[in-house]
Amino acid sequence: MNIALSEQQSLALRRLLEAGLPLAPRPFQVLAEQIDASEPQVLEQVRLWQEQRLFRRVGLVVNHRALGFAANAMLVLDVPDALVDEVGRRLGQAPGISLCYQRPRRLPQWQFNLFCMIHGRQRDRVEAQVQELLEQHLLDDLPHQLLFSTHLFKQCGGRFAPPTGARVHG
Amino acid sequence: MDDLDRRLINRLQLGLPLVRQPWQALAEELDSNSSDLLDRLHELLNDGVLTRFGPMFDIDRLGGAFTLAALAVPEPRFEAVAEQLADMPEVAHNYRREHAWNMWFVLACPSEQAISDTLLRIERLTGLVPLNLPKEETYHVGLYFPV
Repeated sequence: MNIALSEQQSLALRRLLEAGLPLAPRPFQVLAEQIDASEPQVLEQVRLWQEQRLFRRVGLVVNHRALGFAANAMLVLDVPDALVDEVGRRLGQAPGISLCYQRPRRLPQWQFNLFCMIHGRQRDRVEAQVQELLEQHLLDDLPHQLLFSTHLFKQCGGRFAPPTGARVHG
Repeated sequence: MDDLDRRLINRLQLGLPLVRQPWQALAEELDSNSSDLLDRLHELLNDGVLTRFGPMFDIDRLGGAFTLAALAVPEPRFEAVAEQLADMPEVAHNYRREHAWNMWFVLACPSEQAISDTLLRIERLTGLVPLNLPKEETYHVGLYFPV
């Protein structure tokens, strides 16, 4: 059993992790040296945070455009309120859907309450994939639209933005 | 980018094992060695193929307030409005989409009040009324880009 990190040490560790994980053969040892702790202490704290879902995993943010995922589409649907949770959960589990959220309607300007993001390589493939998905889930009668993005103007926020690596999808 | 780079990217998107020598563990899985994997990761980050390696913090656990907002910008003014938003620190990213609501951006602020204030400021600045579409329920968050 390790001695838990002090509050000050765990705060310092969290700050360091916000910047990313050191690219070293023993990254937790590198972090431990920086906060004057031991490698097992750091590892235990990081595991605990992951269990508590402060973060989902130690992973990557990919530049999806650089990797050829140029077709970024937002599928929006107008789902009856009584069904939106069920449809949201089903679509959220469908292959190819990377994000799925319920958001408010703003009538009369905006009628859609379910939002799904789909990242693909080619537009026609994404269109076909969405059509197939809607048919498969018997949703193609619901009012829906597919909004492709054509240009990204700003990748990151400034001073109020959360640490890099947080998922900023509003 | 070769086959091992691709396998490394795919594998790391699932999460690094939390062990003392994670690269040693991955090297065995990927049939490589740890220093090669580290070199490749370094290069992919330098090249901008990857933009971050580290814990993927859950935004809902970090505090702060967020929303997705949209504007219907008259086409001739599109670039100018995009520039106005680019200067605002609260705007986290901004996409042009093919729709009457053609500008979609995320606001990240310290509080709900600051979100409202920012939306009002955008309205005054641009003369356009934004749609405010905060997340009400999350059904799935699972960005994964197999390469």
